[in-house]
Amino acid sequence: MTGTREDREEQVLERIDRVRARRARVKEEHITMAHGSGGKATQTLIEAVFLDAFRNPALEPLEDSAVVEVGTERLALTTDSYVVSPIFFPGGDIGDLAVNGTVNDLSVSGARPLYLSAGFVLEEGFPVADLRRVTASMARAAATAGVGVVTGDTKVVQRGKADGCYVTTAGVGLLDRPARLGVAHARPGDTVIVSGPIGEHGVTIMLARGELDIEADLISDTAPLNGLVATLLDACPGGVRCMRDATRGGVATILNEIARASGVAVVVDEDAVPVRPAVRGACELLGIDPLYVACEGRMVVVVDGPSAGAALDALRGHPLGGEAEIVGRVRDDPPGLVLLRTTFGGTRIVDMLVGDPLPRIC
Amino acid sequence: MRFVDEYRDADKARALSARIAELCEPGRSYKFMEVCGGHTHTIYKHGLEDYLPESITLVHGPGCPVCVIPMGRVDDAIHIAGQPDVLMTSFGDMMRVPGGRGSFFDSTAQGADIRMVYSPLDALKIARREPDRQVVFMAIGFETTAPSTAMTVLRAAAEGVTNFSIFCNHVTIIPAIKAILDSPDLRLDGFIGPGHVSTVIGCRPYEFIAREYGKPLVVAGFEPLDILQSIYLLLRQLAEGRSEVENQYSRVVPWEGNPKALRVISEVMELRPYFEWRGLGFISHSALRVRPKYAAHDAEQIFEIPGGRVADPKACQCGEVLKGVLKPWECKVFGTACTPETPIGTCMVSSEGACAAYYNFGRFSRKRVREATR
Repeated sequence: MTGTREDREEQVLERIDRVRARRARVKEEHITMAHGSGGKATQTLIEAVFLDAFRNPALEPLEDSAVVEVGTERLALTTDSYVVSPIFFPGGDIGDLAVNGTVNDLSVSGARPLYLSAGFVLEEGFPVADLRRVTASMARAAATAGVGVVTGDTKVVQRGKADGCYVTTAGVGLLDRPARLGVAHARPGDTVIVSGPIGEHGVTIMLARGELDIEADLISDTAPLNGLVATLLDACPGGVRCMRDATRGGVATILNEIARASGVAVVVDEDAVPVRPAVRGACELLGIDPLYVACEGRMVVVVDGPSAGAALDALRGHPLGGEAEIVGRVRDDPPGLVLLRTTFGGTRIVDMLVGDPLPRIC
Repeated sequence: MRFVDEYRDADKARALSARIAELCEPGRSYKFMEVCGGHTHTIYKHGLEDYLPESITLVHGPGCPVCVIPMGRVDDAIHIAGQPDVLMTSFGDMMRVPGGRGSFFDSTAQGADIRMVYSPLDALKIARREPDRQVVFMAIGFETTAPSTAMTVLRAAAEGVTNFSIFCNHVTIIPAIKAILDSPDLRLDGFIGPGHVSTVIGCRPYEFIAREYGKPLVVAGFEPLDILQSIYLLLRQLAEGRSEVENQYSRVVPWEGNPKALRVISEVMELRPYFEWRGLGFISHSALRVRPKYAAHDAEQIFEIPGGRVADPKACQCGEVLKGVLKPWECKVFGTACTPETPIGTCMVSSEGACAAYYNFGRFSRKRVREATR
């Protein structure tokens, strides 16, 4: 390798980019907790194992929902499993989380959520009273979102083979708007918006485990986003490029997916990202970046430049988007990277999440 | 947020940056080592290098507790964790450190019971809850974490918790700095001294660096303005021809350190004759072990330890990175074979490791990033 130090550094960085662009490969012999973190290891597992096995045009975009055509209708289809611990936490429980999560995966693909299924894996000894509490909260969440839980399944496993109660929901929604959304649709000049303060769900769960001896007045942000999405799409039809709910891996992971799939750079202002003081404080203490902490009722929205004002107004006019903020913009260079202008006035990149700072948050 | 925002003020940073530029002699280049991994993390996380002139290079030192653990010790810990009825506990960033036969995470995937804790006291709590199992705490870190480990041993002894022990890997910072000063391949102009370690050992132990080696050292806090101000103080010493120990972090670090914490360490632990440091090799009197008086809480006495030495993978250049001879990106495997997901070297594991910090935050041409964020 020749040239000045800076040239040589550039050459190394280009080589790393080439390696990162290679086909994903799972190097581990066993599943580790990192495979479930929602970050880079999860993505590798999905691409190298699941996509490899099931490859088809509906799956390949790896969006939150698959889009399939049935007759003349376009349907969105999604599924998600919930293993959160503890099952009950401030602001929600595994039940409303399971409904809202699936409703949100359908909503951000632009679909109107219609029907849900619910599968339960129950551990021997799990209190029936708790199960009633979970199902009541699911029913309430479904009513709020305007969807029906129309089919289900129950399995019971021996004590010790599961942790109380796991829930899997699947959902179907109707794509009855002309909007075509996708992570690959971001273009230079677009604006990036988040719909509210980030990281509340993740930090709430972490504190609810009681292992940290930190107390904060925080509740999970779990909420159904279909109403907020409809308001946004009504206000700027054609202006919205993509939406994602920022669950595991947080806003940073979503932005990386967008930058990578669209071949663009996303430049974020740290100062503009809404984070409540309690979340910021807990993250400072624990050495975690709120950008990576999960939300269950917030989304990242990319809109074209001219629609930014209308989109922000529309989001802020809805009860779930009152604290929406423009946090960044899309540029052409450097493609595939998320850059952060820090509060301190410096710059750095924001990578995909590695490892597992928050086990079992959803 | 109080106690945070005032140390991240961009206006103050710009002002300091201008004064730093003024102090730099034209045509001279400066190399400062930040000893502590916490500083490395701050520098990258906040993009601090954007405020420095090109003539200043920051060299990332060995002060990352996880980064200096040799592979053999990881294997020993995994061996202990594999014994019947053993429950191993560890800080989170130790979980992914690779030994010769995989990491803690790999062991848990294969059935070992290794749990993450936030403090050794949490490990003691587990020991009280599970009296039928031997609960071992993987003790790592410099003088910063040694007092809490020692306190926990004292508490276990006082309460008669017989199923709690520590696998002691505590190291001391001064011998490592001395090894770097004596290393022929590196020329440094000064040190940004570790803040947290100094809360315990104080500033006096660094005086030989200024006196005998003629290098200035400024003990620094962990916010970006702390570090920027420390660089300013180093440059001012150089400009005035001084080499002294200064304390930028006086809001936390007392000049004499914390005698109580030091007493607790020396009650429970004693210096080992020598200890292996990843990348730096064997350094004499550079680590701590449990005193015989507390052998009942010393995993090295309770279990048979294989104690094998595992040579670092050939391709890995952690040693050169830890000594600051190589920048992370100059290592042959950086970012290609060695990444935070599949680290070969320890510098890529901990968020405080120089390689991980560079990979996660700085892995792009600063010029192009600056261009794009303008």
